[in-house]
Amino acid sequence: MTLLETANLTKRFGGIVAVNDVKLSIDRGELRCLIGPNGAGKSTFFKMLTGQLTPTTGSITFCGRQIAGASPHKIARLGIGIKTQVPSVFDGLSVEENIFIAARRSNTAETTGRVVRAIFERIRFAKKASSLVGQLSHGERQWVEIGMVLAAGPQLILLDEPAAGMTREEISRTAEIIRGLSTAHAVVVVEHDMEFVRMIAKTVTVFHQGQILIEGNVDAVMRDERVRDVYLGKKVAA
Amino acid sequence: MKGWSQTTCGQAVIVLGMTTLIVLAPGFLEPYELMQATSFAALSMLALSLGFIWGFGGILSFGQAAFFGLGAYSYAVTSINFGDSTSAVAVAVAVPGLLAGALGYFMFYGRISDAYISVVTLTVTLVLFNLVNSTAGDEYRIGIAALGGFNGMPSVPGLNVPFNASAQLDIEQTWYAVAGFLVLVYTALASFLASRFGRAVVAIRENEVRASLLGYDPRSYKLLIFVMGGGIAGLAGAFFTAWGAFVSPTIFGLALSGEVVVWVMVGGLRSLIGPIFGCSLVKFLVSEVGAQQAINPNLILGAVLMVFVLLVPTGLVPLVRDYILTVILRIKRGPSSINTTEAVPAEERSA
Repeated sequence: MTLLETANLTKRFGGIVAVNDVKLSIDRGELRCLIGPNGAGKSTFFKMLTGQLTPTTGSITFCGRQIAGASPHKIARLGIGIKTQVPSVFDGLSVEENIFIAARRSNTAETTGRVVRAIFERIRFAKKASSLVGQLSHGERQWVEIGMVLAAGPQLILLDEPAAGMTREEISRTAEIIRGLSTAHAVVVVEHDMEFVRMIAKTVTVFHQGQILIEGNVDAVMRDERVRDVYLGKKVAA
Repeated sequence: MKGWSQTTCGQAVIVLGMTTLIVLAPGFLEPYELMQATSFAALSMLALSLGFIWGFGGILSFGQAAFFGLGAYSYAVTSINFGDSTSAVAVAVAVPGLLAGALGYFMFYGRISDAYISVVTLTVTLVLFNLVNSTAGDEYRIGIAALGGFNGMPSVPGLNVPFNASAQLDIEQTWYAVAGFLVLVYTALASFLASRFGRAVVAIRENEVRASLLGYDPRSYKLLIFVMGGGIAGLAGAFFTAWGAFVSPTIFGLALSGEVVVWVMVGGLRSLIGPIFGCSLVKFLVSEVGAQQAINPNLILGAVLMVFVLLVPTGLVPLVRDYILTVILRIKRGPSSINTTEAVPAEERSA
């Protein structure tokens, strides 16, 4: 069953076409990875899905509703949550307060406490509940953000580079958390780290110059000649 | 980590302390000093309104003096017309609240950035100053109340027993009324901040984009607290006018707009008691220095501001609060582990 569908989705910034005619469909409960070199349009694509940018043309259908161009808070209320590329958290507040704020919007005063405790268990953060988020490491702040996204109870979770800047152990723990997520939510992950993508993904979509280059099984995509040229090849050369 | 004063226990201690001071004050203050303290209480309420929207909502409004002045004039006009201060106080809350609503709607829903909000609010204050300043002629009347232009409005009635205009409050009763309202407003704001709405307001101050991605509409929350701040400033203006029996356009002047910011910074942002304390302390110092007639009080005000911006950017109350918190935790945990409390976050200044 289709949860999210985009058609002819295009975003132009002046003369630059950041996202060009993208048609993409995500099913309920699906775990999808978006890969592609820098500037391929992945983050712009996410920003249009969450209402931070208005598409130049094209449509976004979520749960049968048109959401292209709606305000971020309205889209969030419909059930799309995002972890942004640079951790976007409430730095001056405690971990617990961060999760509380996220959970409280869609929960009653009674159920919020339960949701917050469940999230702490999931991201294994109970020990640091009262720490200020601004004082945590980069990896920990990413987890807090993932925890906040989860606490809001979205149907679709977008994760923009969730493993960036993490240590090996942190990466494998993040992969574990994400695999756990995909049992109850649809998850779309943008990631550069190919090893990480192999850890979590079944289906991979490759973005290149704002367009979808290829979409398919992770192994098939990695073997594809064009993908090696635009993405993997560059990585080896660098 | 929640600030100590944001806990229920901390709030109870503060409210109890303020109430005790208010009840005891007439016992040890001379009538003249009590009158001075009453004016400090009214101005503290103005400082509280700015501390609330700036410290917790992240909105630096230079327009609190505009709402204060509008409240003052609304009180004067209404009480002169009807002779009763009860409706006058209500009007003095409603009129600035409405202006804040209209102004806030265009500022927040028009997505004006923080720096411009300061500029717009300052401009509104100056516009009101010029407007009221040019109403000197006899034709500028509302009902029987002449606005008086730059001469101001004299003989404004003081506070009376609610709905009984013949029962004027004396100096002591006026003190209880004004200071009592200050505690009421303080308590109301503290409970608001502890509620889900208040917590969302603070979250929006911390990160507006994140809050909206979680489903909160930042514009509506900002508008709400801006209107609350406008109404509270208006109430303060009513009390200030009732206390002085006089209001003039200087109330909209740049001096007051700037002074409020100094009070809040000295007392401490991100604390509700800070602005009250800061206002009382600075006003007291300035009046003491003024009485000596050796140095210009404004010079002292400037010096105080410089010292605080450079040396105590968090303000006095958060400084003391964090110190107390450190000591409490040190006693609780033993002397070895105090790491978490030492790392008090550097205040982000968004000017």
